[in-house]
Amino acid sequence: MLEVSDLHAYYGKSHVLHGVNLRVEPGEIVSLLGRNGVGRSTTIKAVMGHVHCTGSARFKSTELVGKRAYEIAHLGVGYVPEDRSIFPTLTVIQNMVLGLKGKEATGRWNMEGLFDLFPRLRERGDTPAGVLSGGEQQMLTLCRTLMGDPDLIMVDEPTEGLSPMMVENVANLLREIQKRGVAVLLVEQKLTIALAISRRVYVMGHGQIVFEGTPEQLKANADVRKEWLEV
Amino acid sequence: MEFFLVQLLNGLAYGLLLFMLSSGLTLIFSMMGVLNFAHASFYMLGAYFAYQCSKWLGFWPALVVAPLLVAGIGALVERFGLRTVHKFGHVAELLLTFGLAYVIEEIVHLVWGRAAVDYQIPEALNFTAFHILTSSYPAYRVFMMAISIAMLIGLYLGLTRTRVGLVIQASLTHPEMVEALGHNVPRVFMLVFAAGAALAGLAGVIGGNAFVTEPGMAAAVGSIVFVVVVFGGMGSLLGAFIASLLIGMVQTFSVGIDYSIGDLAGLFGAQIPEQFASITLARMAPMLPYLLMVMMLVMRPKGLMGTRET
Ligand SMILES: Nc1ncnc2c1ncn2[C@@H]1O[C@H](COP(=O)(O)OP(=O)(O)O)[C@@H](O)[C@H]1O
Ligand SMILES: [Mg+2]
Repeated sequence: MLEVSDLHAYYGKSHVLHGVNLRVEPGEIVSLLGRNGVGRSTTIKAVMGHVHCTGSARFKSTELVGKRAYEIAHLGVGYVPEDRSIFPTLTVIQNMVLGLKGKEATGRWNMEGLFDLFPRLRERGDTPAGVLSGGEQQMLTLCRTLMGDPDLIMVDEPTEGLSPMMVENVANLLREIQKRGVAVLLVEQKLTIALAISRRVYVMGHGQIVFEGTPEQLKANADVRKEWLEV
Repeated sequence: MEFFLVQLLNGLAYGLLLFMLSSGLTLIFSMMGVLNFAHASFYMLGAYFAYQCSKWLGFWPALVVAPLLVAGIGALVERFGLRTVHKFGHVAELLLTFGLAYVIEEIVHLVWGRAAVDYQIPEALNFTAFHILTSSYPAYRVFMMAISIAMLIGLYLGLTRTRVGLVIQASLTHPEMVEALGHNVPRVFMLVFAAGAALAGLAGVIGGNAFVTEPGMAAAVGSIVFVVVVFGGMGSLLGAFIASLLIGMVQTFSVGIDYSIGDLAGLFGAQIPEQFASITLARMAPMLPYLLMVMMLVMRPKGLMGTRET
C-alpha cells in the first residue's frame, strides 16, 4: 500500500535521510523505531510532502514525491504530527470538522462514533481545544485525522508525555483503527506499545533503516536494541 | 466638550479605516509569513480606480467595481508572483512586494500624473448629518463608518460561520496541518490575498475622497498601517483592531492639541530654551505613532496581542 524506496530528504543543505526503504501493507500496524534525531519524523513528513525529498514513495501505486500535502491527503494518507498541531483557538468540534475533506463524513468514522469512543471529547465539544490536557489533545488530533477517513494513518510519537492510562487509550484506538481496515505507520521511541500492537517493526539509525523484522525478532536481537534503541 | 466629541468621531472613522487596511495585512502575514509592502498600494489603486470609475459610471458602481478590480490584481500577484518566489524564502517574497509597491506607484504616475486628482465626495452624501452643539458633522464621515462597520461584521461572520473561515482561522496557527488534512491551502492563500487586497481597495474608495488621492498616499498610509500591525501584534486580528482605533485616535486628537513642551515644563516650574518650549503636541503628531511602536517593541516585542515574534 505504501512503498518507500531510496528516499533522501534535506533541510536546506543538510542531508537528513540517506536512502530509506520501507513498506506498509493494507490493514497492518508497522512501527518505525529509533533514538531521537535519527530521522523518523522526517521520513513521514517527506511522505506527507512537508519536506523536500528525492527518491520514491508510492501509495496505492501513485507516486507521492512532488505532490502537495493536500493532494496526498486526498489520496488517503492521514498524518498526526509529533506536536499534535491542535488549532488552539477553535473548539473541539470545529477541530473535528476541519478533519473532514468534504461536507460530511461518509466513510468509516463520524463525529458521534468517535465521541462514543472518547466521551470526554464530547463533554468538551464547545471548549477551545487549546485548554485541553495533553492526553485529550492527543485523542483529538487522532480523531480529527480519522474524520478524513484515511486508508493509511501515520502517527508520530502519540504516547510521548502521556500517563500510563492515556497510553493504553492510544494503543486501544490504534487497534480499533486497524480493525476497521486502516493501515498504521507508528513512529515511537520507546518499545512499550509498539511491540505489543505491531505486526512488523523497522529500526532507524542515522537516516537509514538498520533493522527490519517482527516484534519477536527484535526482542530476540539484543545487539540491535543495544546499538540503536537503548539510551 | 464639543471639540472632544467631534474628534472622537473623526478618530473612530479614521481608526476603522485603518483596520480595513490592517486586517488584510495581518491575515496575509499570519498565514503566509509575508509582510506585504504593497498592501497600501492596493489602497491607492482602490482610490484611483474609484476616481476613474466615478467619472465614467458614478460613485455607487465604483464602490463595487474598484475593490473587485483590486481583488483581481491581488489574486494575480499571489498566484504568479508570490507563489513562484515562495521556494526562495521569505526574503524573496518581501523583496517582491517591495518592488511591486514601486511599480504600482510609477504606473499611477504614468496614468494619472504626479499631482493629486480631483476625486470628490458624491453629491448624494455631501450634506450635514447632524450637529454636535454648534459643529456640523458631515454625512460622508457617517457613511465611512457605516461601510467600515458593515465590513467588520462581514469579516467576523465570514471567519466564524463559514467552512472556509474555519480553514483560514486554523491556517493562522498551523497552515501545514491544515494542508495535511486535505485543504487546498495554496488556494486559500490566494483567496485571502485577494480579499485583503479588496478590503484595502475598499478603504481607498471611501478614504481617497475623504482625504486626498495622490501618488504619495500609499507611502503615507503604508507606514501607519505597518505601525498598527506591529503595535497590535503580528498575527492577531483583535490586536490590529485595538491598535487601529488607538492610532486613529492618537493621530486625530494630537493634531488638534496646542499644548506645548514649554507648558509641560512650566507645570514643574522648569525653564527650557524657547526652541524646544515652543514645540506643540500638534507638531509632534506625525511622530507619535512611530514612538508608540518603538515603545511597544521595547516593552513587548510580540506587540499587544501578538502570537509570534516579529
Ligand atoms: N526543521 C529542521 N531544520 C533542520 N534540521 C532539522 C529540522 N527538523 C529536524 N532536523 C534534523 O534532522 C534530523 C532528523 O530529525 P527528526 O526526523 O525530527 O528525527 P526523529 O523524529 O527521529 O527524532 C535531526 O538531526 C534534526 O536535528
Ligand atoms: Mg521526531
